[in-house]
Amino acid sequence: MHTRFIMTREKNKNSTNSVGVVETKYYTFAGPDNELKLESGDSLGPITLAYETYGSLNRDRSNAILACHALSGDAHAAGVHEGQDDPGWWDDMIGPGKAFDTDRYFIICSNVIAGCKGSTGPSSINPATGKPYAMDFPFITISDMVNAQRHLIDFLGIERLLCVAGGSMGGMQVLQWVASYPDRVRAAIPIATTKKHSPQQIAFNETARQAIMSDPAWRDGNYYDCGQPEKGLAVARMIGHITFMSDQSMEAKFSRRLKKGRLNFNFDPEFEVEGYLHYRGANFVKRFDANSYLYLTKALDYFDLSGGKAVPLGKKIDTRFMVISFKSDWLYPSSQSQEIVRLLKRRNMDATYCELNSTYGHDAFLVEVEEQTTLIKHFLDKTHNGYMVVEYYGIS
Amino acid sequence: MASHDIRLDHRIIYSVIDHGSRVLDLGCGEGDLLYLLARDKQVIAQGIEMDDRAIQECVKKGLSVFHDDIESGLREYPEHSFDFVILNQSMEEVKNVDSLIQDALRIGNRVIIGFPNFAYIKSRWMMFFKGRAPITRSLPYSWFDTPNVRFLSVIDFREYCSEKNIRIIEAHYLGGKSTVRFCPNLFALNAVFVLTRGDN
Repeated sequence: MHTRFIMTREKNKNSTNSVGVVETKYYTFAGPDNELKLESGDSLGPITLAYETYGSLNRDRSNAILACHALSGDAHAAGVHEGQDDPGWWDDMIGPGKAFDTDRYFIICSNVIAGCKGSTGPSSINPATGKPYAMDFPFITISDMVNAQRHLIDFLGIERLLCVAGGSMGGMQVLQWVASYPDRVRAAIPIATTKKHSPQQIAFNETARQAIMSDPAWRDGNYYDCGQPEKGLAVARMIGHITFMSDQSMEAKFSRRLKKGRLNFNFDPEFEVEGYLHYRGANFVKRFDANSYLYLTKALDYFDLSGGKAVPLGKKIDTRFMVISFKSDWLYPSSQSQEIVRLLKRRNMDATYCELNSTYGHDAFLVEVEEQTTLIKHFLDKTHNGYMVVEYYGIS
Repeated sequence: MASHDIRLDHRIIYSVIDHGSRVLDLGCGEGDLLYLLARDKQVIAQGIEMDDRAIQECVKKGLSVFHDDIESGLREYPEHSFDFVILNQSMEEVKNVDSLIQDALRIGNRVIIGFPNFAYIKSRWMMFFKGRAPITRSLPYSWFDTPNVRFLSVIDFREYCSEKNIRIIEAHYLGGKSTVRFCPNLFALNAVFVLTRGDN
């Protein structure tokens, strides 16, 4: 086991500062008579949340950070699982000495409800029927996801989170945390996100859903006995990947290069960009449930914290914000982050906003590590320790 | 840092700002002044800055800063959001400077404006005797690389304030190393004004 661990670490590009081998844990709540009330009016229970933690909680429980994942993410944010070499989705940012420094902070990441990576979702068994929920699964909102996370945070004995952070759908959960539980969040880091889904964003999601639902293999969602609608889900994911990249990053990555060096005049993937999208689509269907994709994209589309909902009125809220966007991100453009910033100004909130100069499009929030690390590391430091820690800066 | 290491204009602004006040610095650069204020006077500090490198430096100092254009960055703030709004050495680069100053006076109880004095004796010398566009310590740029679009003197600014019903609470005139008292429009390299609305 030891040798395997070392080999895994060697494969991991950041092996020197990885959190190492980690394990997914499960927390179940909302049993009979105690089901979770959902925004739609329905209720759901029992609910299991898959989660992982990195680093250790300090004595006064003041160093806990919740990392929220994006649409296709999961609880596995950092390190590697025993016997596998895939690092977690935010491994570049979570670890010893990294932006979310596991030597100093206790980091939690849980799979959202309606997901398919260990938390209760449409592919879970419905206790009432003994079969997967499929389309009997209730509609879920970002607020429901956050409510469920709050139960986990209670269970872990954390009264107030040092920080909630995440990009894209993760960023919406960050905003929702402040909207739902402002007293329990000392700092919020919403990255490449919005406070309400725009018609363009809804349109892309609806196209993805239609790709899944028009695949005959979808069978009105009841496909769990005979395999999922792979073609539809793959197309849905291909649409997604187009929106995650920028014109510039696609030019740099593929240009008009051909897979076989010449035109074949047929409908097989000829251009490298086609090959890439097919590859991404095919990989995705192996690891993601089509019904989860439907429910989660709906949750995104329902998201709307406009009209004073983002920062509850009538009480003093001292949550600090760090809003980050990326210049080439056209899926969640900087203008949407600036809208969040304008709201924070109107409410006189302590906030920092930075638009980073990246060409990677929406993907930037996962790949632009260096600048995000500088920003997040110092922001957390100030939040956790106040000005005492920044005196090292050389002005004494 | 010993006090003589701190820029003279920063020292003057530092002395004007009250302990624990809410301060907005427009064009805060790398945040040196805000940092001193936050650390020693416990002010609630907020900066606005366009340069992303400078923003990273501010964040390293623990400061809160918005990546924004100072001309469009003030609209959302409610009235009296700040005790002090600082506009130091950035007004001369602003296009709609009048509306910016009015906005600053709306959201801040006091507005501190620092700018280079175009009527400084060496500028006049270069214009009058050498026939050259002036380059001085406070206006160090050539005509082709200057970010400045505004050129004004101490007298110009005083006249502006009286026309716009802006009350001057304090005026400080800065030479190379110390303040200037005698004939500031001729001998001051820079000026720092503390202003408030005339109806305040």
